[in-house]
Amino acid sequence: MNKIRRNRLIDSAFKYVGVACTGFGIIVLAIFLGDILLKGIARIDWDFLTNLPSRRAHRAGILTAWTGTAWILGLTAIIAIPLGVSAGIYLQEYGKKNRLAHIIELNIANLAGVPSIIYGLLGLQIFVRMLDWGGSLLAGAFTLALLILPIIIVATREALKAVPNSLREASFGMGATKWQTIWYQILPAASGGILTGIILALSRAVGETAPLIVIGALAYVPFVAETPMDEFTVLPIQIFNWVSRPQEAFLVNAAAAIIILLAITFVMNGIAVYLRNRWQKKVTW
Amino acid sequence: MKRTGEVVIEKILALSGLITVLTTAAIIWVLVSESWGFFVTVPLSDFLFDTEWTPLFAQKRYGILPLLSGTFLTTAIAILTAVPLGIIIAVYLSEYANHDLRKALKPALEVLAAVPTVVYGFFALTVVTPFLQTFIPGLGSFNALSAGIVMGIMIIPVISSLSEDALYAVPKSLREASYGMGATKFQTSFKVIVPAASSGIMVSVILGIARAIGETMVVAIAAGQQPNLTLDPREAVETITAYIVQVSLGDVEHGSIEYKTIFAAGITLFVFTFLLNNLSFWLKQKYQEKYE
Repeated sequence: MNKIRRNRLIDSAFKYVGVACTGFGIIVLAIFLGDILLKGIARIDWDFLTNLPSRRAHRAGILTAWTGTAWILGLTAIIAIPLGVSAGIYLQEYGKKNRLAHIIELNIANLAGVPSIIYGLLGLQIFVRMLDWGGSLLAGAFTLALLILPIIIVATREALKAVPNSLREASFGMGATKWQTIWYQILPAASGGILTGIILALSRAVGETAPLIVIGALAYVPFVAETPMDEFTVLPIQIFNWVSRPQEAFLVNAAAAIIILLAITFVMNGIAVYLRNRWQKKVTW
Repeated sequence: MKRTGEVVIEKILALSGLITVLTTAAIIWVLVSESWGFFVTVPLSDFLFDTEWTPLFAQKRYGILPLLSGTFLTTAIAILTAVPLGIIIAVYLSEYANHDLRKALKPALEVLAAVPTVVYGFFALTVVTPFLQTFIPGLGSFNALSAGIVMGIMIIPVISSLSEDALYAVPKSLREASYGMGATKFQTSFKVIVPAASSGIMVSVILGIARAIGETMVVAIAAGQQPNLTLDPREAVETITAYIVQVSLGDVEHGSIEYKTIFAAGITLFVFTFLLNNLSFWLKQKYQEKYE
């Protein structure tokens, strides 16, 4: 009898341990966001957004950083979306059983596990040195595009997989070719899922720091980039630079810049989740 | 008969797929060709067994051990933090929590994974380290402990969500058999379900380790940048990744031996993560066979 009671006690105790552990992660996140808001929110004003970097903390702004982030976001999207979606279509709709597809698939799984800093070394050697683009926006965007390619490919495949075969068969039955079927039927039906994956991948690119430091993005860029060949900085690098300084005032700047960066990533993630839910609700096959 | 347009489109799509293969080939080629120059100058035995790493000083020594110990130490702390929490969360969400609670908690945990790593670095340096210093004497303002713990919090979602999938995949009949024998939920969870899902949980732990080894910004910000052959978590250390960042921030001449050290460090990192990833694929395949 005693043993049974003990086992029941352990059982109900674990319920609280489980809640505590799950709560731990969430509470830590809350403390952390609260701390950042407390430290940084007062520092954000119009001047902070429109000032160039400066050696004096109170005059320093994030104009070059957020414009750099916007540039990188746009260029990376232009490079990665067509490539990633095409590769996803090929793997899911064309190459189900051939060897090339199998090799590509194994390869993507491996690429997804390569640390981001290694992509930085790749970009440094190929884009910065061999193609001689220097530490430019273009080199940064290509590096990040390769980094997020596996995410977009996998998301595209998942979205295509969710489209039922009856749609394909109906289209073929009407005499459509394979590509006509994909372009007019399958892609529109899968667009919600693909878009969700693309936005999540891009939000990952916005937060990346290490690969861009390796390709030589600078912390101090005194002008706003005007062409893709210009040198640049991005918000995470600006934050890293300010965190690395001993003065308290720069930590406040870092907290303020983090609020802006988090706002961007959370908005992107929010849009992705919203699209996913809407897409799942709308589609009733 | 296939139309030519169709064939052309298929070829274009296949080419985009091939870009990913080219990326892998390029990564390996870049790492091997650049570190080749390094290993021509520095004997492999020095690289593997010398106990000091000082390529940026006048007195140059090229032993990778201090960077490895730094990487090992921060990774071990991260895993010790993330594995117990991650597995308990997974068991709780999969076996105990009701549907609504699970639906509310999972997205909240996913937020942990969406936060950029540089932000975690800030957190480790400005919140966790000062907090730990209040009760751990001798803790430096840069230390492996704080960086490791924060990295652990960061990879909780990796471990909890993959483990939960593994627990969820265990057939219901196993649970029912265990309950039928009079076992409590706790006994069923930890004596039946967790062992049955152990290979899936192993996969999540291995991927967590790979993630921690390759993580850069948290350690670059909070663990310090001093190669230090130690296993004392209170001291400042430098990981492989943090070293690459440190060199990248300075003015290192292209083609110099200092420049090549980052590729030698990079290939070491790549080998570790490559082995861990493939170990996880292998385990995953074995485990899928078992249940289907």
